[in-house]
Amino acid sequence: MAHAHESNLKRIWIVFGILSVITIVEVYLGIIKPDILNFPLKAFEPTFFGSIGNALLSPIIFTSPLNFLFIVLTLIKAYYIAWAFMHLEGEKKWFRRAAVWTATFLICYLVSLLLIEGDYLNSTLGPLVKW
Amino acid sequence: MEANIAVPSEEKNTWNGGGKRPFGASYGKMMMWFFIVSDAITFSGFLAAYGLTRFKFIDSWPIADEVFTHVPFFHGSYPMIYVAFMTFVLIASSVTMVLAVDAGHQMNKKKVTFYMFLTIIGGLIFVGSQAWEWNTFINGSYGSVKTTDGKLLQFVTGDGLNDEGEMKFHQVALSDFVLGERTDGRVQHKKQNGLWFVEESTISPYSIDQIINAYNSNPNIFVKSELVNAEKKEKVVLSREEGAAQLAKTDLVVEGANLEVNEYGNTIFANFFFFITGFHGFHVLSGIIINIIIFFNVILGTYERKGHYEMVEKVGLYWHFVDLVWVFVFTFFYLV
Repeated sequence: MAHAHESNLKRIWIVFGILSVITIVEVYLGIIKPDILNFPLKAFEPTFFGSIGNALLSPIIFTSPLNFLFIVLTLIKAYYIAWAFMHLEGEKKWFRRAAVWTATFLICYLVSLLLIEGDYLNSTLGPLVKW
Repeated sequence: MEANIAVPSEEKNTWNGGGKRPFGASYGKMMMWFFIVSDAITFSGFLAAYGLTRFKFIDSWPIADEVFTHVPFFHGSYPMIYVAFMTFVLIASSVTMVLAVDAGHQMNKKKVTFYMFLTIIGGLIFVGSQAWEWNTFINGSYGSVKTTDGKLLQFVTGDGLNDEGEMKFHQVALSDFVLGERTDGRVQHKKQNGLWFVEESTISPYSIDQIINAYNSNPNIFVKSELVNAEKKEKVVLSREEGAAQLAKTDLVVEGANLEVNEYGNTIFANFFFFITGFHGFHVLSGIIINIIIFFNVILGTYERKGHYEMVEKVGLYWHFVDLVWVFVFTFFYLV
Protein backbone atom coordinates (compact mmCIF):
# COMPACT_ATOMS: atom_id res chain seq x y z
CA MET A 1 0.00 0.00 0.00
CA ALA A 2 3.05 2.19 -0.32
CA HIS A 3 1.54 3.60 -3.49
CA ALA A 4 -1.80 4.19 -1.87
CA HIS A 5 -2.36 7.71 -3.03
CA GLU A 6 -0.31 8.20 -6.13
CA SER A 7 -1.75 7.57 -9.56
CA ASN A 8 -0.36 4.98 -11.96
CA LEU A 9 -2.30 6.19 -14.99
CA LYS A 10 0.69 6.54 -17.28
CA ARG A 11 1.98 3.07 -16.45
CA ILE A 12 -1.49 1.57 -17.03
CA TRP A 13 -1.80 3.03 -20.52
CA ILE A 14 1.73 2.00 -21.46
CA VAL A 15 1.00 -1.58 -20.41
CA PHE A 16 -2.28 -1.49 -22.33
CA GLY A 17 -0.30 -0.40 -25.40
CA ILE A 18 2.23 -3.21 -24.96
CA LEU A 19 -0.49 -5.86 -24.54
CA SER A 20 -2.38 -4.59 -27.59
CA VAL A 21 0.71 -4.53 -29.79
CA ILE A 22 1.70 -8.07 -28.74
CA THR A 23 -1.83 -9.32 -29.45
CA ILE A 24 -1.85 -7.68 -32.87
CA VAL A 25 1.56 -9.21 -33.70
CA GLU A 26 0.32 -12.64 -32.57
CA VAL A 27 -2.83 -12.41 -34.66
CA TYR A 28 -0.92 -11.13 -37.70
CA LEU A 29 1.62 -13.98 -37.50
CA GLY A 30 -1.22 -16.44 -36.79
CA ILE A 31 -2.98 -15.43 -40.00
CA ILE A 32 -0.09 -15.19 -42.45
CA LYS A 33 2.03 -17.96 -40.84
CA PRO A 34 5.31 -16.93 -42.51
CA ASP A 35 7.15 -19.87 -44.08
CA ILE A 36 10.50 -18.83 -42.61
CA LEU A 37 9.14 -19.51 -39.10
CA ASN A 38 6.57 -22.20 -39.71
CA PHE A 39 8.48 -25.45 -40.12
CA PRO A 40 9.15 -28.31 -37.71
CA LEU A 41 12.62 -28.24 -36.18
CA LYS A 42 14.46 -31.52 -36.30
CA ALA A 43 16.27 -33.07 -33.35
CA PHE A 44 20.04 -33.62 -33.73
CA GLU A 45 21.45 -37.06 -34.50
CA PRO A 46 21.62 -38.87 -31.14
CA THR A 47 25.39 -38.75 -30.83
CA PHE A 48 26.97 -37.75 -27.51
CA PHE A 49 26.81 -33.99 -28.15
CA GLY A 50 23.62 -34.36 -30.18
CA SER A 51 21.82 -35.95 -27.25
CA ILE A 52 23.01 -33.26 -24.84
CA GLY A 53 21.85 -30.65 -27.33
CA ASN A 54 18.47 -32.35 -27.68
CA ALA A 55 18.01 -32.47 -23.92
CA LEU A 56 18.93 -28.81 -23.46
CA LEU A 57 16.92 -27.55 -26.42
CA SER A 58 13.94 -29.89 -26.05
CA PRO A 59 11.41 -27.08 -25.37
CA ILE A 60 12.46 -25.49 -28.65
CA ILE A 61 13.19 -28.33 -31.04
CA PHE A 62 9.88 -30.14 -30.64
CA THR A 63 7.87 -27.23 -31.94
CA SER A 64 8.17 -24.80 -34.81
CA PRO A 65 9.92 -21.45 -34.28
CA LEU A 66 6.54 -19.80 -34.83
CA ASN A 67 4.85 -21.71 -32.01
CA PHE A 68 7.84 -21.07 -29.76
CA LEU A 69 7.53 -17.35 -30.51
CA PHE A 70 3.79 -17.47 -29.65
CA ILE A 71 4.57 -19.05 -26.29
CA VAL A 72 7.26 -16.48 -25.49
CA LEU A 73 4.92 -13.60 -26.43
CA THR A 74 2.19 -15.14 -24.24
CA LEU A 75 4.54 -15.30 -21.27
CA ILE A 76 5.46 -11.64 -21.80
CA LYS A 77 1.74 -10.76 -21.79
CA ALA A 78 1.21 -12.83 -18.65
CA TYR A 79 4.12 -11.01 -16.99
CA TYR A 80 2.64 -7.58 -17.72
CA ILE A 81 -0.86 -8.57 -16.58
CA ALA A 82 0.42 -10.06 -13.32
CA TRP A 83 3.04 -7.42 -12.52
CA ALA A 84 1.28 -4.24 -13.65
CA PHE A 85 -2.47 -4.95 -13.54
CA MET A 86 -2.50 -7.34 -10.59
CA HIS A 87 0.10 -5.06 -9.03
CA LEU A 88 2.55 -7.78 -8.07
CA GLU A 89 5.38 -5.29 -8.58
CA GLY A 90 4.08 -3.35 -5.57
CA GLU A 91 3.83 -6.35 -3.22
CA LYS A 92 6.53 -7.53 -0.82
CA LYS A 93 9.12 -9.71 -2.56
CA TRP A 94 8.36 -12.92 -0.68
CA PHE A 95 4.62 -12.54 -0.95
CA ARG A 96 5.05 -12.25 -4.71
CA ARG A 97 7.31 -15.29 -4.75
CA ALA A 98 4.88 -17.34 -2.64
CA ALA A 99 2.32 -16.95 -5.42
CA VAL A 100 4.47 -16.87 -8.57
CA TRP A 101 7.05 -19.54 -7.75
CA THR A 102 4.46 -21.99 -6.42
CA ALA A 103 2.38 -21.74 -9.56
CA THR A 104 5.35 -21.67 -11.97
CA PHE A 105 7.14 -24.72 -10.57
CA LEU A 106 4.00 -26.84 -10.24
CA ILE A 107 2.82 -25.92 -13.74
CA CYS A 108 6.22 -26.64 -15.34
CA TYR A 109 6.33 -30.01 -13.57
CA LEU A 110 2.80 -30.96 -14.62
CA VAL A 111 3.19 -29.81 -18.22
CA SER A 112 6.52 -31.61 -18.69
CA LEU A 113 5.15 -34.92 -17.43
CA LEU A 114 1.90 -34.72 -19.37
CA LEU A 115 3.51 -33.74 -22.66
CA ILE A 116 6.11 -36.51 -22.39
CA GLU A 117 3.29 -38.91 -21.59
CA GLY A 118 1.26 -37.70 -24.57
CA ASP A 119 4.20 -38.34 -26.89
CA TYR A 120 4.58 -41.80 -25.38
CA LEU A 121 0.88 -42.58 -25.93
CA ASN A 122 1.24 -41.55 -29.56
CA SER A 123 4.16 -43.89 -30.13
CA THR A 124 2.94 -46.81 -28.07
CA LEU A 125 -0.73 -46.92 -29.10
CA GLY A 126 0.35 -46.81 -32.76
CA PRO A 127 -2.51 -47.72 -35.08
CA LEU A 128 -5.15 -46.83 -32.50
CA VAL A 129 -4.24 -43.15 -32.51
CA LYS A 130 -2.44 -42.61 -35.83
CA TRP A 131 -4.41 -41.71 -38.91
CA MET B 1 -0.15 -19.88 25.14
CA GLU B 2 -1.78 -16.87 23.73
CA ALA B 3 -1.02 -17.94 20.16
CA ASN B 4 -3.08 -21.11 20.57
CA ILE B 5 -6.20 -19.58 22.03
CA ALA B 6 -8.95 -17.98 20.03
CA VAL B 7 -9.52 -14.70 21.76
CA PRO B 8 -13.12 -13.53 21.48
CA SER B 9 -13.04 -10.22 19.73
CA GLU B 10 -15.47 -7.42 20.34
CA GLU B 11 -14.02 -5.52 17.45
CA LYS B 12 -15.51 -5.50 14.00
CA ASN B 13 -12.36 -6.69 12.27
CA THR B 14 -12.86 -10.44 12.81
CA TRP B 15 -13.10 -11.00 9.06
CA ASN B 16 -9.88 -9.26 8.16
CA GLY B 17 -7.56 -11.44 10.22
CA GLY B 18 -7.81 -9.26 13.30
CA GLY B 19 -6.10 -6.45 11.48
CA LYS B 20 -2.88 -8.43 11.03
CA ARG B 21 -1.10 -7.83 7.72
CA PRO B 22 1.47 -10.51 6.90
CA PHE B 23 3.80 -9.33 4.10
CA GLY B 24 2.02 -5.99 4.21
CA ALA B 25 -1.01 -7.50 2.48
CA SER B 26 -4.42 -7.59 4.08
CA TYR B 27 -5.98 -10.93 4.96
CA GLY B 28 -8.57 -10.70 2.17
CA LYS B 29 -6.07 -9.80 -0.51
CA MET B 30 -3.72 -12.58 0.52
CA MET B 31 -6.50 -15.17 0.42
CA MET B 32 -7.58 -13.90 -2.99
CA TRP B 33 -4.02 -14.46 -4.20
CA PHE B 34 -3.91 -17.98 -2.80
CA PHE B 35 -7.26 -18.75 -4.43
CA ILE B 36 -5.90 -17.43 -7.72
CA VAL B 37 -2.81 -19.65 -7.44
CA SER B 38 -4.95 -22.75 -6.88
CA ASP B 39 -7.29 -21.78 -9.72
CA ALA B 40 -4.30 -21.18 -12.00
CA ILE B 41 -3.10 -24.70 -11.27
CA THR B 42 -6.58 -26.06 -12.03
CA PHE B 43 -6.62 -24.33 -15.39
CA SER B 44 -3.10 -25.44 -16.21
CA GLY B 45 -4.23 -28.99 -15.43
CA PHE B 46 -6.89 -28.65 -18.13
CA LEU B 47 -4.53 -27.07 -20.63
CA ALA B 48 -1.84 -29.68 -19.91
CA ALA B 49 -4.44 -32.43 -20.46
CA TYR B 50 -5.29 -30.74 -23.76
CA GLY B 51 -1.57 -30.81 -24.60
CA LEU B 52 -1.31 -34.49 -23.71
CA THR B 53 -4.26 -35.36 -25.95
CA ARG B 54 -2.94 -33.24 -28.76
CA PHE B 55 0.46 -34.96 -28.59
CA LYS B 56 -1.35 -38.31 -28.51
CA PHE B 57 -3.21 -37.49 -31.75
CA ILE B 58 -0.43 -35.29 -33.11
CA ASP B 59 -0.78 -36.37 -36.75
CA SER B 60 -4.54 -35.80 -36.99
CA TRP B 61 -5.33 -32.88 -34.64
CA PRO B 62 -7.67 -30.27 -36.18
CA ILE B 63 -6.03 -27.02 -37.33
CA ALA B 64 -7.67 -24.17 -35.40
CA ASP B 65 -7.48 -21.80 -38.37
CA GLU B 66 -9.76 -24.14 -40.32
CA VAL B 67 -12.26 -24.49 -37.47
CA PHE B 68 -12.74 -20.97 -36.13
CA THR B 69 -13.16 -18.93 -39.29
CA HIS B 70 -16.41 -17.05 -38.76
CA VAL B 71 -17.13 -13.44 -37.95
CA PRO B 72 -20.69 -12.23 -37.27
CA PHE B 73 -22.36 -10.35 -40.15
CA PHE B 74 -19.57 -11.32 -42.58
CA HIS B 75 -19.48 -14.21 -45.00
CA GLY B 76 -16.30 -15.96 -45.94
CA SER B 77 -13.35 -17.28 -44.03
CA TYR B 78 -11.61 -14.99 -41.54
CA PRO B 79 -9.53 -17.14 -39.19
CA MET B 80 -8.43 -15.54 -35.89
CA ILE B 81 -10.21 -12.21 -36.40
CA TYR B 82 -13.15 -12.83 -34.10
CA VAL B 83 -11.16 -14.43 -31.32
CA ALA B 84 -8.66 -11.55 -31.56
CA PHE B 85 -11.59 -9.19 -31.04
CA MET B 86 -12.64 -11.18 -27.94
CA THR B 87 -9.08 -11.05 -26.58
CA PHE B 88 -8.97 -7.32 -27.14
CA VAL B 89 -12.31 -6.81 -25.34
CA LEU B 90 -11.03 -8.71 -22.34
CA ILE B 91 -7.75 -6.78 -22.22
CA ALA B 92 -9.68 -3.50 -22.50
CA SER B 93 -11.99 -4.49 -19.65
CA SER B 94 -8.90 -5.38 -17.62
CA VAL B 95 -7.62 -1.86 -18.23
CA THR B 96 -10.88 -0.25 -17.10
CA MET B 97 -10.77 -2.46 -14.01
CA VAL B 98 -7.26 -1.32 -13.13
CA LEU B 99 -8.38 2.28 -13.74
CA ALA B 100 -11.21 1.69 -11.25
CA VAL B 101 -8.70 0.40 -8.69
CA ASP B 102 -6.51 3.43 -9.33
CA ALA B 103 -9.47 5.78 -8.87
CA GLY B 104 -10.29 3.90 -5.66
CA HIS B 105 -6.85 4.73 -4.28
CA GLN B 106 -7.73 8.39 -4.72
CA MET B 107 -11.17 7.86 -3.13
CA ASN B 108 -12.82 9.11 -6.30
CA LYS B 109 -16.26 7.48 -6.11
CA LYS B 110 -17.53 8.87 -9.41
CA LYS B 111 -14.60 7.50 -11.40
CA VAL B 112 -14.70 4.11 -9.67
CA THR B 113 -18.40 3.81 -10.54
CA PHE B 114 -17.79 4.76 -14.17
CA TYR B 115 -14.86 2.37 -14.70
CA MET B 116 -16.59 -0.51 -12.89
CA PHE B 117 -19.55 0.02 -15.23
CA LEU B 118 -17.29 -0.15 -18.30
CA THR B 119 -15.65 -3.30 -16.94
CA ILE B 120 -19.02 -5.00 -16.56
CA ILE B 121 -20.01 -4.01 -20.11
CA GLY B 122 -16.72 -5.43 -21.43
CA GLY B 123 -17.34 -8.69 -19.59
CA LEU B 124 -20.85 -8.94 -21.01
CA ILE B 125 -19.56 -8.37 -24.56
CA PHE B 126 -17.00 -11.12 -24.04
CA VAL B 127 -19.51 -13.66 -22.70
CA GLY B 128 -21.92 -12.78 -25.50
CA SER B 129 -19.15 -13.32 -28.07
CA GLN B 130 -18.32 -16.65 -26.54
CA ALA B 131 -21.97 -17.69 -26.73
CA TRP B 132 -21.96 -16.81 -30.41
CA GLU B 133 -18.72 -18.75 -30.92
CA TRP B 134 -20.25 -21.81 -29.22
CA ASN B 135 -23.39 -21.51 -31.31
CA THR B 136 -21.39 -21.40 -34.54
CA PHE B 137 -19.24 -24.32 -33.40
CA ILE B 138 -22.23 -26.47 -32.41
CA ASN B 139 -24.20 -25.77 -35.60
CA GLY B 140 -21.20 -26.32 -37.85
CA SER B 141 -20.94 -24.98 -41.35
CA TYR B 142 -19.62 -27.63 -43.74
CA GLY B 143 -20.55 -31.11 -42.59
CA SER B 144 -18.41 -34.19 -42.99
CA VAL B 145 -18.64 -37.97 -42.98
CA LYS B 146 -17.17 -40.53 -40.61
CA THR B 147 -15.80 -43.95 -41.51
CA THR B 148 -16.51 -47.13 -39.56
CA ASP B 149 -12.97 -46.99 -38.12
CA GLY B 150 -13.56 -43.51 -36.74
CA LYS B 151 -11.81 -41.37 -39.35
CA LEU B 152 -13.39 -38.11 -40.35
CA LEU B 153 -13.52 -36.98 -43.97
CA GLN B 154 -14.22 -33.44 -45.16
CA PHE B 155 -14.81 -32.22 -48.69
CA VAL B 156 -12.80 -29.65 -50.60
CA THR B 157 -12.78 -28.32 -54.11
CA GLY B 158 -9.77 -27.32 -56.20
CA ASP B 159 -9.12 -23.63 -56.86
CA GLY B 160 -6.43 -24.15 -59.51
CA LEU B 161 -2.66 -24.21 -59.27
CA ASN B 162 -0.52 -21.77 -57.29
CA ASP B 163 2.92 -20.38 -58.26
CA GLU B 164 4.69 -23.58 -57.24
CA GLY B 165 2.38 -25.74 -59.34
CA GLU B 166 0.50 -27.19 -56.36
CA MET B 167 -3.26 -27.49 -56.26
CA LYS B 168 -4.98 -25.09 -53.80
CA PHE B 169 -8.18 -26.21 -52.12
CA HIS B 170 -10.99 -24.71 -50.12
CA GLN B 171 -13.55 -26.57 -48.05
CA VAL B 172 -17.10 -26.99 -49.36
CA ALA B 173 -20.28 -27.71 -47.46
CA LEU B 174 -22.31 -30.85 -48.13
CA SER B 175 -25.16 -28.61 -49.25
CA ASP B 176 -22.90 -27.13 -51.97
CA PHE B 177 -22.54 -30.33 -53.96
CA VAL B 178 -25.03 -32.91 -52.68
CA LEU B 179 -28.36 -32.38 -54.42
CA GLY B 180 -31.90 -33.51 -53.74
CA GLU B 181 -33.56 -35.41 -50.93
CA ARG B 182 -32.32 -38.46 -49.05
CA THR B 183 -32.36 -41.44 -51.40
CA ASP B 184 -32.63 -44.18 -48.79
CA GLY B 185 -36.08 -43.22 -47.44
CA ARG B 186 -34.76 -43.01 -43.88
CA VAL B 187 -36.96 -40.80 -41.69
CA GLN B 188 -36.44 -39.31 -38.27
CA HIS B 189 -37.71 -41.59 -35.52
CA LYS B 190 -40.37 -39.62 -33.68
CA LYS B 191 -42.65 -40.71 -30.86
CA GLN B 192 -45.66 -40.98 -33.14
CA ASN B 193 -44.07 -43.24 -35.77
CA GLY B 194 -42.41 -45.87 -33.59
CA LEU B 195 -42.03 -46.85 -29.99
CA TRP B 196 -43.78 -44.06 -28.09
CA PHE B 197 -41.01 -43.79 -25.53
CA VAL B 198 -38.16 -43.60 -28.04
CA GLU B 199 -37.15 -40.50 -29.92
CA GLU B 200 -34.10 -39.54 -31.97
CA SER B 201 -32.59 -36.17 -32.69
CA THR B 202 -32.76 -34.53 -36.11
CA ILE B 203 -31.15 -36.66 -38.80
CA SER B 204 -29.02 -35.33 -41.63
CA PRO B 205 -30.87 -34.35 -44.82
CA TYR B 206 -28.29 -36.41 -46.74
CA SER B 207 -27.65 -40.13 -46.82
CA ILE B 208 -24.23 -41.75 -47.32
CA ASP B 209 -25.20 -43.17 -50.73
CA GLN B 210 -26.34 -39.77 -51.90
CA ILE B 211 -23.04 -38.18 -50.86
CA ILE B 212 -20.99 -40.90 -52.58
CA ASN B 213 -23.03 -40.44 -55.78
CA ALA B 214 -22.51 -36.69 -55.66
CA TYR B 215 -18.78 -37.25 -55.14
CA ASN B 216 -18.55 -39.64 -58.09
CA SER B 217 -20.41 -37.30 -60.44
CA ASN B 218 -18.39 -34.22 -59.43
CA PRO B 219 -14.74 -34.52 -60.57
CA ASN B 220 -13.64 -31.31 -58.82
CA ILE B 221 -14.62 -32.53 -55.34
CA PHE B 222 -11.82 -34.06 -53.27
CA VAL B 223 -11.75 -35.72 -49.88
CA LYS B 224 -9.67 -33.99 -47.19
CA SER B 225 -8.30 -36.38 -44.60
CA GLU B 226 -7.49 -35.58 -40.97
CA LEU B 227 -3.82 -36.40 -41.56
CA VAL B 228 -1.52 -33.40 -41.10
CA ASN B 229 1.43 -32.89 -43.41
CA ALA B 230 4.09 -32.09 -40.80
CA GLU B 231 6.26 -30.11 -43.23
CA LYS B 232 3.55 -27.79 -44.49
CA LYS B 233 1.24 -27.95 -41.46
CA GLU B 234 -1.71 -28.62 -43.71
CA LYS B 235 -4.27 -31.39 -43.90
CA VAL B 236 -3.57 -33.96 -46.62
CA VAL B 237 -6.07 -33.97 -49.50
CA LEU B 238 -6.60 -37.44 -50.94
CA SER B 239 -6.60 -38.25 -54.64
CA ARG B 240 -9.95 -39.04 -56.28
CA GLU B 241 -9.34 -42.80 -56.08
CA GLU B 242 -8.14 -42.79 -52.46
CA GLY B 243 -11.07 -40.56 -51.57
CA ALA B 244 -13.54 -42.97 -53.14
CA ALA B 245 -11.93 -45.87 -51.23
CA GLN B 246 -12.27 -44.01 -47.91
CA LEU B 247 -15.83 -42.92 -48.70
CA ALA B 248 -16.82 -46.54 -49.26
CA LYS B 249 -16.10 -47.16 -45.56
CA THR B 250 -18.28 -44.34 -44.23
CA ASP B 251 -21.42 -44.88 -42.20
CA LEU B 252 -22.24 -41.55 -40.58
CA VAL B 253 -22.96 -38.02 -41.77
CA VAL B 254 -21.75 -35.48 -39.20
CA GLU B 255 -23.01 -31.91 -39.09
CA GLY B 256 -21.95 -29.58 -36.31
CA ALA B 257 -20.56 -30.69 -32.99
CA ASN B 258 -21.68 -32.38 -29.80
CA LEU B 259 -19.94 -34.40 -27.11
CA GLU B 260 -20.09 -37.64 -29.14
CA VAL B 261 -19.08 -36.54 -32.60
CA ASN B 262 -18.12 -33.36 -34.45
CA GLU B 263 -17.44 -32.35 -38.02
CA TYR B 264 -14.01 -30.84 -37.26
CA GLY B 265 -11.99 -33.92 -36.30
CA ASN B 266 -11.28 -35.92 -33.18
CA THR B 267 -14.23 -36.13 -30.79
CA ILE B 268 -12.05 -35.10 -27.89
CA PHE B 269 -11.08 -31.86 -29.65
CA ALA B 270 -14.65 -30.58 -29.36
CA ASN B 271 -14.89 -31.94 -25.81
CA PHE B 272 -11.85 -29.94 -24.77
CA PHE B 273 -13.20 -26.88 -26.55
CA PHE B 274 -16.48 -27.10 -24.63
CA PHE B 275 -14.78 -27.88 -21.35
CA ILE B 276 -11.95 -25.35 -21.31
CA THR B 277 -13.71 -22.38 -22.93
CA GLY B 278 -16.82 -23.29 -20.93
CA PHE B 279 -14.94 -23.32 -17.64
CA HIS B 280 -13.30 -20.03 -18.55
CA GLY B 281 -16.66 -18.56 -19.62
CA PHE B 282 -18.09 -19.63 -16.27
CA HIS B 283 -15.28 -17.73 -14.55
CA VAL B 284 -16.07 -14.64 -16.63
CA LEU B 285 -19.75 -14.96 -15.76
CA SER B 286 -19.07 -15.24 -12.03
CA GLY B 287 -16.61 -12.34 -12.37
CA ILE B 288 -19.36 -10.21 -13.92
CA ILE B 289 -21.76 -11.09 -11.10
CA ILE B 290 -19.19 -10.24 -8.43
CA ASN B 291 -18.36 -7.01 -10.28
CA ILE B 292 -22.06 -6.07 -10.35
CA ILE B 293 -22.36 -6.64 -6.58
CA ILE B 294 -19.30 -4.49 -5.91
CA PHE B 295 -20.56 -1.90 -8.41
CA PHE B 296 -23.74 -1.45 -6.38
CA ASN B 297 -21.74 -1.33 -3.16
CA VAL B 298 -19.69 1.48 -4.68
CA ILE B 299 -22.85 3.38 -5.65
CA LEU B 300 -24.30 2.89 -2.17
CA GLY B 301 -21.13 4.36 -0.69
CA THR B 302 -20.13 1.26 1.30
CA TYR B 303 -16.43 1.77 0.64
CA GLU B 304 -16.66 5.52 1.11
CA ARG B 305 -17.83 4.79 4.69
CA LYS B 306 -15.26 2.04 5.15
CA GLY B 307 -12.55 4.50 4.28
CA HIS B 308 -10.91 2.50 1.50
CA TYR B 309 -11.71 0.77 -1.79
CA GLU B 310 -9.75 -2.41 -1.19
CA MET B 311 -12.74 -4.57 -2.15
CA VAL B 312 -12.54 -3.14 -5.68
CA GLU B 313 -8.87 -4.15 -5.69
CA LYS B 314 -9.73 -7.71 -4.66
CA VAL B 315 -12.40 -8.28 -7.32
CA GLY B 316 -9.96 -6.58 -9.69
CA LEU B 317 -7.44 -9.32 -8.94
CA TYR B 318 -10.00 -11.95 -9.86
CA TRP B 319 -10.96 -10.11 -13.04
CA HIS B 320 -7.32 -9.78 -14.16
CA PHE B 321 -6.84 -13.46 -13.45
CA VAL B 322 -9.70 -14.29 -15.83
CA ASP B 323 -7.92 -12.19 -18.46
CA LEU B 324 -4.63 -13.95 -17.68
CA VAL B 325 -6.20 -17.36 -18.22
CA TRP B 326 -7.73 -16.24 -21.51
CA VAL B 327 -4.29 -15.18 -22.77
CA PHE B 328 -3.16 -18.80 -22.35
CA VAL B 329 -6.36 -20.34 -23.72
CA PHE B 330 -6.05 -18.05 -26.75
CA THR B 331 -2.48 -19.17 -27.38
CA PHE B 332 -2.94 -22.89 -26.91
CA PHE B 333 -6.36 -23.25 -28.50
CA TYR B 334 -6.23 -20.79 -31.37
CA LEU B 335 -2.62 -19.91 -32.13
CA VAL B 336 -0.21 -22.79 -31.52
